[in-house]
Formats: sequence, structure tokens, C-alpha cells
Amino acid sequence: MTEKNRYFVSGDEAVALGTRLARPHVISAYPITPQTIVVERLSEMVEDGSLKAEFMHVESEHSAISAAMGVSSVGARSFTATSSQGLLYMAEGLHYASGGRFPVVMMNANRATALPWSIFGDLRDSLSQLDSGWIQVYVEDAQEALDMMIQAYKIAEHKKVLTPFMVNLDGFVLTHTYEEVEVPDQEMVDQFLPPFETPNKMSIEKPMNMGFSTSPADNMEFKFQQHKAMMDSIAVIKEVDQEYGDMIGRYYNGMIDTYQCDDAEVILMTLGSVTGTARVVVDALRAKGLKVGLLKIRYMRPFPEKEIQEVVKNAKVIGVLDKDISFGFEGTIYTNVNSALVRMQSHPQSYNFVAGMGGRDVSKADIEEMFMDLLHAAKGEEIERVKFINMGVEING
Amino acid sequence: MDNTAIKKINAKNITDKEYFYGHKACAGCGGSLAVRQALKVLGDRSYSVLPAGCMAAVGFIYPQMAFNSNAVISMFPGSASMASGITAGNKALGVEDTHTVVFAGDGGTADIGLQALSGAIDRDDKLIYICYDNEAYMNTGIQKSGLTPFGTKTTTTPAGKNLPGSITEKKNLFEIVAAHDIKYAATASIGYINDFINKVNKAKQVDGTSFIHVYASCPTGWGTPTETSVEIAKEAVDCGLWYLAEYENGEFKLNRNPKEFKSIPEYIKKQGRFKHLTDDQIKHIEAARDKKWARIRKNWG
Amino acid sequence: MNRPKVTEFKKAKHINDYPTGPGFQGGHLVDKNAGWRTFRPVIDKDACVNCLICYMICPDGTIYKSDDKVDIDYDFCKGCGVCANGCNVNAIKMVKEEL
Repeated sequence: MTEKNRYFVSGDEAVALGTRLARPHVISAYPITPQTIVVERLSEMVEDGSLKAEFMHVESEHSAISAAMGVSSVGARSFTATSSQGLLYMAEGLHYASGGRFPVVMMNANRATALPWSIFGDLRDSLSQLDSGWIQVYVEDAQEALDMMIQAYKIAEHKKVLTPFMVNLDGFVLTHTYEEVEVPDQEMVDQFLPPFETPNKMSIEKPMNMGFSTSPADNMEFKFQQHKAMMDSIAVIKEVDQEYGDMIGRYYNGMIDTYQCDDAEVILMTLGSVTGTARVVVDALRAKGLKVGLLKIRYMRPFPEKEIQEVVKNAKVIGVLDKDISFGFEGTIYTNVNSALVRMQSHPQSYNFVAGMGGRDVSKADIEEMFMDLLHAAKGEEIERVKFINMGVEING
Repeated sequence: MDNTAIKKINAKNITDKEYFYGHKACAGCGGSLAVRQALKVLGDRSYSVLPAGCMAAVGFIYPQMAFNSNAVISMFPGSASMASGITAGNKALGVEDTHTVVFAGDGGTADIGLQALSGAIDRDDKLIYICYDNEAYMNTGIQKSGLTPFGTKTTTTPAGKNLPGSITEKKNLFEIVAAHDIKYAATASIGYINDFINKVNKAKQVDGTSFIHVYASCPTGWGTPTETSVEIAKEAVDCGLWYLAEYENGEFKLNRNPKEFKSIPEYIKKQGRFKHLTDDQIKHIEAARDKKWARIRKNWG
Repeated sequence: MNRPKVTEFKKAKHINDYPTGPGFQGGHLVDKNAGWRTFRPVIDKDACVNCLICYMICPDGTIYKSDDKVDIDYDFCKGCGVCANGCNVNAIKMVKEEL
């Protein structure tokens, strides 16, 4: 690795650098904070000729995804990016793209959803679209963002998968924070990521009628096929991660990553950038002799059921940090984790921490509070099942 | 555009090949005739985009695939943008000499699809957008759209003691599209099929966005006998409730300027959707026609 | 006749027999529309002047050029009567189908 391959960039810029290396044919995007820098940089790359792609200035996010599907339907590689309200405006297209088996790749800057308006980060946008049939990965830092843009195409376009792929970055905390990243050589990426080939396309040689309707006699089979592709993608995700690491030198451990979990009595699960803060807290608590561990959920769909079960099987208690809430129940990640837990012969007790919504900071002290709660629970003490962390006011009574 | 260089298409020289065949449209469907003839003009190298609507519903019922060339169903509001994507994708892949064409209904164009259409024209993406206008949401069961004219009975504009059916006038879609300074736009009718196919042929030569608004009768929604579909679409033009025009190089041009209009009451009384109209309401329609034509004749020469 | 024809279709037995996603070969027909008809157009070849109006205005494209005249693909004609109504020389009659 040479010095010239290292750049000091924001998360958004890292996404643009990664996307350029993946050589998309067409970029269709509509601006929304905090995604804008991604499409600004890509438009500059198209202008200066360093990225040979068509840049479509679409008039909405709905058209951004619609155009991306058009691109994919003729066998070309497409990229789009959005956030929050834009993702919600795209919602029809999210389901359409997965049902159509169009392996569109999208960057989503995780941001709170209105109302009230907030441009700051939380996960309610993408988690509300968990059932849209997209692969969802949540990255921790700019380097992972860059690397996942490249992996995303390889996974999405795999013949067993052919499913759209959403790379999620925490709004501002990750999209706008500068870090040093290593940018792989184009030749190496070209070797890793071959040109897009799909049986699911229109061509002059082989005219196709796509996006057809089915009667009740066939619809469920197509939906099962979609589900199977997503389940099969778990193996592909692991293979691709391994291959990427072998070629480029960075491994992300596939579906989840773990830190100090081997002998941990309590394990906290996180997504995205807050994982970095949590690592520091784990180190501090470990220094005090407390057996705490951290599980970073990378993929929310497909869901790392087996991987989570394997890691938590010896833990007494686990906690799930949700930067979101499914109103009237609990955090969405927590619900998913619990579903994996109850399929175990015996499983640890689980607790939910709702934190960091609408861009509220999740501090080391907040995470320490979560761990301490879990350690109390491990001793048999009663703690809140779903706890809102760092509320500015008294909420009980 | 140099129009003299474009060879006229007619029944003798149009291809024998059928590209929209075995579809399940209602008998006498005007929209399906527009799609059929446009695809014959465009030939093998075409990519059709159809939003959810009649032509999508009748053409792609797995495993019966009625489009004998490339075709895809788009999201209802996203037909123009999906077409843009197809054009951009083919361009980026180096696939040359293709025609991307949208076939969308009146609701799919003037209502839910207008934003995407506007975006495509703004970008001047190379695609042909054909709006087949049957003046209501027919696929869902005859509900009012932005192109439903005054006095039309639909299932959401019932005619009764208090209302004459639709109380709003037909949205001026052709001029809305022209106002984008589009390279080529035209109106047409399946009642003047040669005019229509030659407008499609002109649109085919445009290096940018083109738009054709074709009046296409719907016997099911209009309450007309299936055999009169083409005749009634001609009559709409002849009585002045529709017109044949073009917008090109920044200028409007009237293709057909009848010296004398055929009777509106004659046109109206043949259709179930208008049969409730009173003499006064028919006079209102005639007055609106005259006002529109006075403006057209004055401005479009 | 330059148009798609009905082909035999075998329904999928295994999930892998389905296409990958909702896309299929264009012009793939598995059933006819003949059953829709209550009246069938019949061409009087002596009266026909081969002006091709019927060919141009058939919504289903079932009228085709044949030996300087026109013929009808009755497998797909729905019997709408647009051709007979549009014929300027009354060379097409709509005849009731017998059950």
C-alpha cells in the first residue's frame, strides 16, 4: 500500500470513491441532506472524466429509483443515493426493484424521519423499509463504507442473489466526519468485480417482457424465489468478504463482527458508527475486570440469525441498542434479535436500549450505563426491558 | 428537424410484423390500436415502458407475453424516468439505434406521471412518450382523471340531480408539454391513423424527448359500441373536441383546421358517458370549444 | 403472417423452473382470444379492393395481407367489428358465431 492511495475524506466522499471504483454505468440521484456530498463528488468525477458514467439529474427520489431500474433492466450497472424522506418517497420503488430482481446499489444516509423535521441521524428511515426486499448493511466508518460500495455490487449481482443492496451510513456522524481511508487500485477492483451479467434483462437479441403480472397461481412462487435469493445471499456475503479481504487486505467478518465476546457474560449489540464508541467502553470496563462484549450487527437483511445465536450462546444477558423505535412496541433491531434468540434451546435474557434518535449523541457514559444495566440484570436484578437512554426530562409518572 | 427527408409511412409500406399481439384488451380497444401501430413504426429495436394501467394489465399476464419486442411495466408515476434509465443504460453500454417508448394513459400522464415526464423533457432524454388518452382511469373502472372533459359521467363523477358528471375541463396537456420547449410534440387520434403513425415516425427521428398525445376511444368506459371505436375517435376531431396539431422548433402548427365543425350533440348522444347532458350543458361544451378554437386559430395559424 | 403463434407451455414443477424474476420471452403466447367472439368478420374477397383500412385499424392486429387481399387470424380476432364498420366498400360482414 502506497502513500498515494491514502485520502483524508468524509464518509460521503468515501462512498463516492468506492462507487467510482465499481464503475457504475448510470448514476441517478436527487439531492437530500446528508447524502448530497456523495452525488456532488460523483458529478465532479463524471465531469472530469475520471468516472465514465451517465449522470441523470432526476426530478425526485421516486424517479431516481425508477431510472435505476430502467438502467438495470437493460443489463447496465446503476447507482443511486438518498436519505430519510427521500428513501420513504422511494418506498414503492424499493419493493419494485427487489421484486423485479434488479441489483441496484444505493447508499442511504441514515436520518430521522419527519415529523418533527430533523436532518440528523437515526435509523428509522431504513429500518422502516426492512421488509422491502433489499439487502441492508450498516457500516461503522468511512473505510468500511468505501469497501462496501465495491462489495455491494459483487453481492447484489451474484447470479444466486440478484437483489438490490442498500449501504447505510449514519447521517452526519459518519457521512460528514473526516477519516483517513485507503483506496484500492482500480485494476485490483476490476479483477475483484467483473462486469455485470444477468439473465434478467431486455436486449435486441433476446426481447423480454419484464415486470409482468402473475395470477394467484404463480405469485407466491416468485415471492418465494425472492426470499430464497435473500437467504442464499448469506453464503455469498461471507464468500465475497473473504475474497475481498484476500485481495484488498481488509476483512469485515461477514454478517456480524464481534469484540471481546468469547468469555463475555453480557453482550451489547450495535449497528453502524456507534460501535466505535462502544469498543472504547468495552476496553474501559474490561480493564476493570468486567466481562463485557460487543456484537456489531452488519447486515439487517438478510438477518444474521445463526451468527448471533453462536456468539450469544454462553452469555447470561444481552442488550440491543436501537437508534429507532417501532411505536407501540420496541426497537426494531431488538424485535429481530429476540426472534433469533427464541429459536435457541436456551437463550440469554435480552434488553433494549433506545438511544440517539434525531441525532442525539450516544456518549461513552450512555453506553457504560447500558453495560452496567446488563451486568445488574446478569446478577438477577430487575431492570427495564425497553429503556430510553439520555432523555432530557423525567418520563415516568 | 428536416421533415422533407422523412419518408411517409402508409398501409403498403408499414411492416407486416405485429409487435402487440394476443393481448387481453377489451374488444374494440382504442389504446391497443395506438400501441400496435406505434410499435409497427418503431420496429424490432424498441423498448416499451408501460406504467400500471390498461395496456400493462392486458399485455403481460404470465405466461402470455403480448409484446413481441422488449417491454417492461414501470411504476405508475415512474414511466418516463424508467424510460430515461433504459435510454441511459443502453447508451452507456454502447447499444445504439434503439427507441425507448412510453405508452401511458391519461391519468398515468397528466396526473400521477406528470412530474417524471417533466423531468425527462427537462433532461431532453431520447425517448418517445405516447399518452393514449381515453379520458378516464379505465383500468380501475372508469374514474375521473385530469383529462376527463366537462360533463363526463365516470364512477367518481356521477351525473345526478346536482352535478353534470365531471365539472372540470380537460387539462391542457399538449401545451403543458410544449411549454417545456420540447423538441417535438403532437396530438393525434386513432380516428386518423395515418396521421398518427407518421407523427410516431417523426418522433422516432428526434434526438431528444418527443411526445404524442393520441386520442384513443374506450368502448367500455365511454358506453359506445365496440365497432365504432375508430369512427368515434375521428368524430371527436371533426366536431372540434379534439384537434390535430404539432409543436416543433418552438412553433405550434395546426394540422387540420375544419371549415365547419361536425355536430357536438351528434357526437355526444352516441356515448353513454354523456347521455345525461342537458341542452344547456351541451351549449357550455360548444362554447368552450369555440373559445379554444378561436385562440388556436389566432395563435397557431 | 408475421406474428407470434401459440406455443405449448409447461407449467413449472420446481421453483428453479420459474424465470429469475418477473421477466419472460417477448411474444410468448399460450392461449387464444377466439372464445371472446359472438360475431365473426367475414371478408367478401370479390368486394374487397385491398385498400388495407381494416388492416390498419384492427386493434388486435389480426388482419393481415394475403395474396393481394386480406385475411383474418381467427385465433385472435375478438369480433369487435371495427374492421367491418371501417370498410368503405362493405366487404366485411359480421356473422353471428354458432355455438
